[in-house]
Order: sequence, then C-alpha cells, then structure tokens
Amino acid sequence: MTEEMKEPVDEQPAVEVDVEPEVQVADSTDVDRELRRLTRRGFITSGIAAAAAVGAYTWLRSRPPIDGVEWPLRRVLETNERLAKAYFSRRRLNPTYPASRITRPARINGGVGLNAEYEVASWQLTVEGSARGPVSLSMGDLRRMPRRTMTTEFRCIEGWSMIVQWAGVRLADVMRELPPPTRDGSRPDFDRPNRFVRYVAMETPGRGYYVGLDMLSAMHPQTLLAYELNGQPLTWQHGAPLRLAIPVKYGVKNIKRIGAIRYTDVRPADYWAERGYDWYAGL
Amino acid sequence: MKELRKKHPLATRWFHWINFPLLALMIWSGALIYWANAVYRVGLGQHTLWRMTLPQPAYKALHMNFRLAEGMSLHFFFMWLFAFNGIAYVIYTVLSGEWRYLVPNGHSFKEAIQVMLHDLHLRREPPPPRKFNGAQQIAYTAVVLMGLGSLLTGLAIYKPVQFAWLSALFGGYQMSRFFHFWLTVGYVLFFLVHIAQVVRAGWNNFRAMIIGYEVVND
Repeated sequence: MTEEMKEPVDEQPAVEVDVEPEVQVADSTDVDRELRRLTRRGFITSGIAAAAAVGAYTWLRSRPPIDGVEWPLRRVLETNERLAKAYFSRRRLNPTYPASRITRPARINGGVGLNAEYEVASWQLTVEGSARGPVSLSMGDLRRMPRRTMTTEFRCIEGWSMIVQWAGVRLADVMRELPPPTRDGSRPDFDRPNRFVRYVAMETPGRGYYVGLDMLSAMHPQTLLAYELNGQPLTWQHGAPLRLAIPVKYGVKNIKRIGAIRYTDVRPADYWAERGYDWYAGL
Repeated sequence: MKELRKKHPLATRWFHWINFPLLALMIWSGALIYWANAVYRVGLGQHTLWRMTLPQPAYKALHMNFRLAEGMSLHFFFMWLFAFNGIAYVIYTVLSGEWRYLVPNGHSFKEAIQVMLHDLHLRREPPPPRKFNGAQQIAYTAVVLMGLGSLLTGLAIYKPVQFAWLSALFGGYQMSRFFHFWLTVGYVLFFLVHIAQVVRAGWNNFRAMIIGYEVVND
C-alpha cells in the first residue's frame, strides 16, 4: 500500500478533469489479475480490521466493572474529570435569568433519603472536618449569614432542565466560618483553594442519600445551601429544610435535606456514582 | 479498454471505515441517553405528527430501558475517538488537496438537482463521470459540517457552564440538546440514502471504497 502514500499531493487535478489512471495494464487478463490481487488484499485487510474492532469492543464490554461501569470506561470518565478540573474556573458562572423565566411548578424528582414524616423541627446541620471539630448549625445560624438568591438552570442528568430561583447561603461563606483543613497544614487561604483537602461529602440524616463534591465546585460562588425555592420555604419533597443548589453540577449532586457536611481528602462515596454514573458530574 | 483507476486514497478509506462503527456507537449510546428524556417530536404548533420515541415494547425488545449511565459512559469514551478520527480526516482532506473533489462549487447545486432527477427516473442523462457528482459533493461536505455541529452542540450540553458562551450561541442548553438530537436524525437519514445509493451504484463502486481502485471501461 506504500505506492498510495507516495502520491504527490500537489498534482491533484481540478474537479472538472478526469482522474488520470495510475494503474495501466496492457490487456484485460492483466487487469483482471491485478484486480483480483487488489481485491483479495483489500478484503483480507478489511476482515482483519473488522475482527480487531469487534474483538476490542468485546474486550471493552467484558472488563470487570468499577461501580457499575467497565473499568476502562470508568478510567476515561476519570480522565475526562481531570481535564474538566484543569479547565474549571470559579469565575465561570451559570447564566442567570429574570424571575419571569422561572419554570412553574418546579418539578419534583428523586426522593432517595427523604421521608414525609421527618421532624424538620429537630433538624440540625453537622459540619465535620474543620479545625473546630464537629459543629452543629441550626437554621437560625444559617439565616443569620448573608442571604443570596439566584435564578439558574437546574439540569437533570436525564436531560431535562428547569429554571429555578434559589435562596440560601453560599457554601463558601459557611466554609469561611468553618474552614476546611489544608493538605499541608498551612493556614486556610481562600485564594489558594488547591491547598485545601480535595473533597466535601454531604449526606441526608440517616445517610439514605449521599454525594461527593470536589472542593473547587463546592467553593463556587453559585453553590448555595438553599432554604427557599421559587420564593417559598422548601417542601419536604424538595428537601426541607436545607438542600444543596449547585448548578455547576447535574441535579444528582443537588442533595436534598442535608444532615451532615464533611471536609475530607479521601474521595467520598456518591450514591449515583456507585450506580454507574460519572462521579464528577460537572457542567 | 478495461483499466484500473485509482479512486479513493488509502487514508480516506481508513477514516471512512473507522468512522462508521464509531458513529454507530455514538448514535447507539446517544439513544440510550435520549431514552431518559425522549421529548422531541415532529409537528406544527400543538399538532404532533410523530413523537420521536419508541413504544415501550420496542424499547424492551431493544434492551434500551434504564441504561442512561451506561450510555453516558460509552458516549464520553467514544466521543474522543469519533472526534479525533473526524478531525484527522478533515486535516488530511485539506492538506492532501482531496477537498477539491469534495467541496461543492457553483455548478454543484444545479448538478445535484439533475442527479436527483436522474435517480428518480425523471431525467435520462446520467450524472457526470466524475469522482463525486454535485449531489455527492453537497451530501459529503454537509455530513462533515454536521460532524462539526455535533462536536460543538455536544460540548455545549456536556459543559454548559464552562462553555456557557457556546451554549448561548445555540440558544441555550435545551436548544443545544435539540440540535444535537436532530443532527443525529440527520446521520440516520444520510445513512439510509447513502446505503441505497451504494447498492444502486453497484459492486465496482463499493469495492473501490475497500481497495481504492475501480474498473473503468473506456
């Protein structure tokens, strides 16, 4: 096949001109013989290539899974995550919308870890992993912090999306009160987020649902601990009394009814990532 | 006189045949993803002609139910191969000069209509005996541009915050998904016409896409 590769590139005829024959053979028996040779070679090569492709795909799909996905696919999801993290910037924001664009009513989706009988009055948020050890916060504590509202698109991993208005406190503001530890023991510096431990874990009371977040996404200015949706206090189906609104992630990471937040340098378990989904799920 | 004439360069044939299973896998994994929110339709206003979804027994028969996670992990694996092969093809086609056969010119559109009329048995005169006639030039160039469209709309869905500008360019996240989906329908339609034309054109033409040469009787 080398003769094809040597084809001079600058001698391409114009479109209107017929291609000059490259293989000229004197009589038709020679043509037939040459054709048979080329056909045999071409189809043997094709057959080998097709068999190799089927073999490669069969191999890929028969690899032992890691959390519900064949390990080579999981590795590529993790490679994609590394690329996304390298590109990620806290300055890139979700577009925000006027209140007139809010999708009403807000869709209710996903009730893992929730139950209607939960006593919201007894709720407290536990923050673990800061230098102050486990700290309990009440709704009152959170409401005394700066209140933020934002109207952003909520994107479900299934493919639908809606525009919702959230009100709550920035997770980054809570982190400034209760800083995560740094990996090298240096003083917390919010301009150097890569020095902090790398992850934040969140779970519902009783750990029916749990998510893992990378530290940079957790510190994104549009990551809120939300207590209101579309101007109303959260209903239990939407995660009363406090849920995560994190529009740099798919909906699955927007955990409802947060019971505990933990800073950690060990990649936290994640409910849907254990069921075959990408752990990062970043947008 | 019967002779062998070079038709398709080796590189083009490899790009073509590598693209075929990759695009098929992208469409299949895309369908597994689309299943989770199969919302599109053909219709005018409130009147729906055709919902772009399958009845539950068909999904069941095709084993397509509840495979969103699998579809996503396949899609985000093969997207790299699909993109690299497509980009390499475009670079090769530009640098080798092969683009001259492919890109439509002023005559292509008129010729494409003539070719179509001929194919529909409404016109006697056959298409010109060039490598690619006007209809082929338009179709093959369009499908490459569609590939670019799929990469860009795909990125706009995949990272709609990091590439919010790109998402906005297509009219937002949902519009990006809309275009991404309809481009895929476009590939399926392209494929159906392409197969019909390859069957019609016959063995000599098909074999040329495998071995590179066609038999010409002058």
